[in-house]
Amino acid sequence: MRWEWLPDYLPALAEGLLITLEVLVVSVVAGFALAIPLALAQVKGGYLARKLAGAYCSYIRGTPLLMQLYLLYYGIGSLFPLIPGARENLMWLIRLDAIYYVILAFTLSFAGYEAEIMRGAFLSVPGGELEAAEAMGMSPGLVLRRIWFPSAFLKVLPTLTGEVIGQLKSTPLAFTVPVQDLMGVAHKVMQDTYRIYEPLLFVALVYLALTYVIVQAFGRLERLVPQRRSV
Amino acid sequence: MKHFTKLVLGAALGAALAGATPAFADLKMGVAAEPYPPFTSKDASGKWVGWEIDFMNALCADIGEKCAVEEVAWDGIIPALQAKKFDAILSSMSITEERQKTIAFSNMYYNSLPVLIGPKGADKDISPAHLKGKNVGVQVSTIHAAYAKKYFEPAGAVIKTYETQDQVNADLAAGRLDYILADGVTLDDFLKSDQGGCCEQKGAVPYDEAIFGVGVGLGIRKEDTALQAKFNKGIADLAANGTFAKITEQWKLTGKLKLPGAK
Repeated sequence: MRWEWLPDYLPALAEGLLITLEVLVVSVVAGFALAIPLALAQVKGGYLARKLAGAYCSYIRGTPLLMQLYLLYYGIGSLFPLIPGARENLMWLIRLDAIYYVILAFTLSFAGYEAEIMRGAFLSVPGGELEAAEAMGMSPGLVLRRIWFPSAFLKVLPTLTGEVIGQLKSTPLAFTVPVQDLMGVAHKVMQDTYRIYEPLLFVALVYLALTYVIVQAFGRLERLVPQRRSV
Repeated sequence: MKHFTKLVLGAALGAALAGATPAFADLKMGVAAEPYPPFTSKDASGKWVGWEIDFMNALCADIGEKCAVEEVAWDGIIPALQAKKFDAILSSMSITEERQKTIAFSNMYYNSLPVLIGPKGADKDISPAHLKGKNVGVQVSTIHAAYAKKYFEPAGAVIKTYETQDQVNADLAAGRLDYILADGVTLDDFLKSDQGGCCEQKGAVPYDEAIFGVGVGLGIRKEDTALQAKFNKGIADLAANGTFAKITEQWKLTGKLKLPGAK
C-alpha cells in the first residue's frame, strides 16, 4: 500500500465528489418529480397518455443507461452543428458541457424507474380512501396532494432508498463522456501513478460512506411519519 | 539468473514433452482493443492489421518467436502486463520516465510528432497564448494530455480529457472542441474520413523530450531482461536490413515516422 499520491490528488478527488453528488441529487429530485406525472398518466390517463408513458418506461428500463447517455451526448448532442447557422449563433448549445447531458440522461432514467414504482404505489392506495376524500368535497388535485400522493409515497419510501443507492452507483458512467466524477478522478490517479488498489480502495470507502448517509437519511424520513407496522 | 534458469528448465521440459520440437511458448503481445490506424486496427474480417502488426510479424520472425495478439483495454494495459496476461505491450506506447518507474521498454521502434488539429479555414497560430479560452481535447494519460497540461493549461486553455481518441475526434467534429492534440500519423487518417472533413492539421507543437520521450517501444516487465535484449537485437536487425523502411513504405508513412537507425 502506498498513499503518497493522495495529498496531490485530494483537491481533484473533492471536485470529483462534488460532481458525483451534483449528478445524484439533481437527477434524483428532478427524476422523481418527473416520475409522478408519468405514473399518473399510466394510472388515470387516457389511452394515448397511458400508452406513451408505458412505452417511455419500457424504453428506459429496457435499455442500458450507458447507451441512453451515449445516445444523448454522442447522438443528439453532435447533431446541433447541423442546424443552419448553429456554429455562429448557437455556440452555447454546441458547447454545452457534458455534465448537462449526464444529468439529463440520469434524470430521464430515474424518472422511468420511479414511474413504474409509483404506478404500483398509486394503485395500491385503497379506493375507499380516495372516494371518502372525494365525498368530503375535495377536488381531484387536492385528493392527490393530501391523500393519494402522501399515502403512495410512504409505501415506496423503503424502495426509494435502494433506488437512490442504485443511482449513486450508476454515476461512474459519467466518466464515459468527458466528466470527471469521483470515479473519473480515481481513474486518472490510476493512469498517472499506476497504483491500482489504493485509488480504488479510497473511492470504495467514499461510496460506502455516501451509501451509509443515504440509508440513514431515508431511515429518518421513514421514522418521521408514524405508521401502522406489522412488527 | 533465477528466472533464466527456470525458463531454460521449463523450455527443456516443454521440449521433452512436446517431442523433438524445441519451441518456446507463444509470445503474447498486448494490443489496445481500440482501433489505432494505421498502426493497429482490425480489418473487415476482424483480423488485426497495421504498421505495428507488420512490425510485430517481422520482429518475431527475426527473433524466432511465434507471436499472437492479445486484446486489452488501453487504460489497464500496464497492470495487465504486470499481471502476466501477456508478455509485451505493442500499442504505440511512448517510452517515458514515468512509465519506466513501473515497466521496462525495448529500444524505440518509431516516433511521430504530435500535432494540433482544428476547424478548417481558421488561422494556423498554435502558440499557447493563442489557445487561451479554447477547448483542447486529449486522450487521458497520453503524452498529449501531459503536454496540454504543461503548456496549454497555464496559458488559459480548457483541457478536456476523454477515454478514447475516437471520442476526442467525435467531439472535434461536433464542434465541442476547438483543437485536439494527438499523434500526427493517426490523425491523418481521421482527417481523410468523412467525420474529419471539418478539420485540418494546424502544425506540430514544439518538441519536449521530457514529455514525448525518445519514441515508441515495446513495454515489458522489468524482470524480463532476456526478452528485452532479444527485442533490441531484432529491432537493430530490422533497421539494418531495411525492413522498417519497407513496412513504412507499404503503409504510405514514409517521411512521417522517425525510425530506428535513421540519422
